[in-house]
Amino acid sequence: MTRGGFGRRIAVAAFVALFSVCLAMTLAPRAGWAQQARQGVNPTAQAVKEEQLLKELDRVTGRVSIPDSKAGTLIQPEGREWRAYHERTLHWIGGIAILGMLAVLALFYSVRGKIRIEHGWAGVKIMRFTTFERFVHWLTASSFIVLALSGLNVVFGKVLLLPLVGSDAFAVFSQWAKYAHNYLSFAFAAGIVLTFVIWVTENIPNRTDIAWAKQGGGILGHAHPPAGKFNGGQKLIFWSVVLVGAAIAASGYVLMFPFYGTNIADMQVAQIIHGVLGVLMIAVILAHIYIGTLGMEGAFDAMGTGEVDLNWAKEHHSLWVEEEMSKARAAGGGAAVPAE
Amino acid sequence: MARVKFLCDGDRCIECNACVTACKNENEVPWGINRRRVVTINDGKPGERSISMACMHCTDAPCKAVCPVDCFFTTADGVVLHSKDLCIGCGYCFYACPFGAPQYPRVGNFGSRGKMDKCTYCAGGPEADLTMAEYEKYGANRLAEGKLPLCAEMCSTKALLAGDGEIIAQIYKERVVKRGYGSGAWGWKTAYREGIDV
Ligand code: HEM
Ligand code: SF4
Ligand code: SF4
Repeated sequence: MTRGGFGRRIAVAAFVALFSVCLAMTLAPRAGWAQQARQGVNPTAQAVKEEQLLKELDRVTGRVSIPDSKAGTLIQPEGREWRAYHERTLHWIGGIAILGMLAVLALFYSVRGKIRIEHGWAGVKIMRFTTFERFVHWLTASSFIVLALSGLNVVFGKVLLLPLVGSDAFAVFSQWAKYAHNYLSFAFAAGIVLTFVIWVTENIPNRTDIAWAKQGGGILGHAHPPAGKFNGGQKLIFWSVVLVGAAIAASGYVLMFPFYGTNIADMQVAQIIHGVLGVLMIAVILAHIYIGTLGMEGAFDAMGTGEVDLNWAKEHHSLWVEEEMSKARAAGGGAAVPAE
Repeated sequence: MARVKFLCDGDRCIECNACVTACKNENEVPWGINRRRVVTINDGKPGERSISMACMHCTDAPCKAVCPVDCFFTTADGVVLHSKDLCIGCGYCFYACPFGAPQYPRVGNFGSRGKMDKCTYCAGGPEADLTMAEYEKYGANRLAEGKLPLCAEMCSTKALLAGDGEIIAQIYKERVVKRGYGSGAWGWKTAYREGIDV
């Protein structure tokens, strides 16, 4: 080995060492920057993600510069669920409730027939409902019928009526139906309040109703379980009209004043409550109409003229007749029958 | 025929609201109604994103399904339009729309909320193309003139894309691949039942 060779080796080693240091010095910060760049510049690292927002909150909302808070809801996939409710579920509920009730009533009529006055017409009448009571009943009933038909038009009209009359006529009809639904709502709401006020005391459930219910109200057999002014079935109708009617009116006014303190989810719920209770109430009222007209001899007079046949009254409301009789006796009049 | 769609690239939108203004002007949109709006999510926080939203012209549109007078129709291009002559202003389309697109001239629902108004994809309405009657009720019909919706055409950052759904999806995909990130095609899964996978 020569000195020169040794010197060269040292020179090479020194060069290699120097080169490595330089390389390390240049590369090390680069690597650091690269890492930093990926974190600092990647603008999606913290970006909001649609899927995540939908998973966490069901809907995507944000801030808008226009003065309409509803517009801040960017995406509400629930709209599709509400659509499924409105176009499928509600159609099924309404169809089953209303057609089902009609079928039950038809079956009942074919089996039981018209419930006759067993002892025949007495020919003597007894006052059952005053003019004011009948006014309240017909105020509620007539507005209900218009509300029911115009409400059903919103749900089933485009399936049942539109193909028959065509788009233009159907739109005109629907517009008027909507006016009727919205304006007559006040008559209906007033009717519900008055119904409650005039009849609530006579509709408090009591023991008589239990006995009445145990005998099935005498609906199927020929029994005539005792009952006061209103029997158990009528009390049931009273309370469903008052309570369900109030809920329908309340939800209806929410629909009529949309987004007054409500958001889109509240509106959808109000809509569902209104629609479902509406079609169910229609089914209940069909039974009520049936028993007041076709189903029972002598019943319609109560709301027609206000006076019912004494034998009818004795058979269906024995306790009430006794009460009226004793009231008349106490009043000193010989006539037990207030009206001819 | 093409199936037209909207796509808002949230990573490009700078919330300038030019699309909103362009739409209002081009279509003479009545006071109080905004066919397009820009919603800012996580405003002022890290990860904030702005999305320009109008009617997405959904596949199997919910508004169309729930309308009690059945006044909607979908054009051959996939644009969802409605007839203001038939509309009774019930407000149901707003309950069903996932994107808050339908708007009404009146706030209360007493009698009617008035004729519903929404983005038409600058495609007018059921009236004959480019007539005054069409313009007064629905605004411009740029599609009939061979042009795209003005909002997207004049978007300064090209965040808002309009046109054939497949082409704008392709443009978006290329962007995402090139820049290496993308917060997704907002609303596409809800509106079209398909996202854009990159
Ligand atoms: C105070 C009473 C009521 C008010 C304020 C009211 C209001 C409304 C409103 C605002 C709507 C939305 C559609 C429209 O704008 O026209 C509606 C729909 C409807 N209403 Fe009423 N309503 C009332 C009573 C009733 C009653 C008594 C019934 C049933 C017998 C009824 C059945 C319906 C039905 C079935 C719908 C359609 C629901 C649907 O499409 O899902 N409403 N009502
Ligand atoms: S975005 Fe709303 S208004 Fe537009 S098509 Fe879809 S459901 Fe209808
Ligand atoms: S507001 Fe008009 S377009 Fe909307 S669902 Fe009602 S009738 Fe149809």
